[in-house]
Amino acid sequence: MMRLHSVIAEQERSAEILRPARGFYIGATLMLALLLNLLPLPDFAQTLRPDFIGLTLIYWVVYHPRRVGFLPAWLLGLAMDVADGSLFGQHALAYACLMYLAILLHRRIVMFGMRQQVLHILVILAAAQAVMLLVRLIAGFDFPGPLYFAPSIVGAILWPATFNLIRLPLRSRADPDAV
Amino acid sequence: MEYTPPPFFKRGPSLLTRFAFFSMASVVVLVADARFNYLESMRRVVAVVVYPLQQVSALPGRAWDWMSDLALTHSRLLLEHEQMRAQGLRDAAGLQTQLALSAENEQLRQLLGMRQRVPREFLAADILYAPRDPFTRRVLIDKGSQDAILAGLAVVDRTGVVGQVTRVFPWASEVTLITDKEHAVPIQVLRSGLRGVTFGVGYDGTLELRFMPVNADIQSGDMLVTSGIDGTYPPGLPVAVVTNIERNAAYAFARITCTPAAGVNSHGQVLIVGTDPRHPDNPVAADEATAVKPRPARKATR
Repeated sequence: MMRLHSVIAEQERSAEILRPARGFYIGATLMLALLLNLLPLPDFAQTLRPDFIGLTLIYWVVYHPRRVGFLPAWLLGLAMDVADGSLFGQHALAYACLMYLAILLHRRIVMFGMRQQVLHILVILAAAQAVMLLVRLIAGFDFPGPLYFAPSIVGAILWPATFNLIRLPLRSRADPDAV
Repeated sequence: MEYTPPPFFKRGPSLLTRFAFFSMASVVVLVADARFNYLESMRRVVAVVVYPLQQVSALPGRAWDWMSDLALTHSRLLLEHEQMRAQGLRDAAGLQTQLALSAENEQLRQLLGMRQRVPREFLAADILYAPRDPFTRRVLIDKGSQDAILAGLAVVDRTGVVGQVTRVFPWASEVTLITDKEHAVPIQVLRSGLRGVTFGVGYDGTLELRFMPVNADIQSGDMLVTSGIDGTYPPGLPVAVVTNIERNAAYAFARITCTPAAGVNSHGQVLIVGTDPRHPDNPVAADEATAVKPRPARKATR
């Protein structure tokens, strides 16, 4: 019974009415995600660092569909390729796949509570990473080991935090029940 | 709430169309980059756009460094100063004998009529960060084409060879480490003078010395230094130390693993080695001249 209550509460929270997101705010969150991806970190943190751009893109596509298109995602992918020194277009292709999956699943994801959403996000992030792995394998590189998928897991765990952080400024300030 | 017209009026291209368009565009970019290297100029343009963002994202790390510099204690500084002074003294003693030796070497070379060794220029650079790409072993350094860095220059640190500059941006350049997969460094065994080539295997701390016969004169603990015959790495720089040799008569070559001498992951500064202006160009012109001839014949047979 308790569990059912908490699930309903979570669903109500994700269905609460938000103020419309301005283009400037969307751009700012994506820019911040890019900065977090570029932040120089020590080696062990580097292998665990989630793809913040992927997480932010998924949030906007799932909760504000039709606000972020493929083009900004694709351009951010090119920027990531240059910063990472990876093959040009590798992140761009991965983000295109991520956008496709997120748009395809967005009606489904919002129906679930936070815990089930985490599983969906894990699948989407891992699929994007698998695309990059495939590209690199075709280009003749070796599989770097199972730790390669660690960022997807960390990213999925960070999904509830991302969700709450991004919508913090979008909450309506006046409490409707206080009237 | 969003006030857009109802979706059944205006939807634009379908999801699958958009996905197909952007993934095709990515594949085109990928092939053009990986197969034909067409997009280096485009990469440079994007790099200029990303550069300020990289600087901003490096700010927290710099602030942390600055804070820890401020928090250094007087006694610690004194201790470090003392250590540096002792190190300087030891280095000076080594350098004095080295000066005499190099003068003697030059004289001997002159007597034998051999080519003189040219002193190369060194340029110090800071390591900015190691990119997130888990498939390659690379670092970014803070000197670029504005500091006359060229692709192909060798990069060394205090203890040995680090790698080679592979990509140059205006204010930064990318160094591929010797541990990167299939990165080759021509070497010479210091003890026996035997020449060979080490290859990176794709993870830190290991190099492979390939194509050495089973009976080659090489021992565990041998120092490998650059041979200098490639014209990229100056001769005599430490590359690696042999750690393990497997001699199996069933195979043509021995399996030799080595540990790199340079500590790329442990310190943040490297030296870029200038080119040798007197190194002869690689002989490619002769091949082109012979390759031109058979073309008309091929056309005629079609």
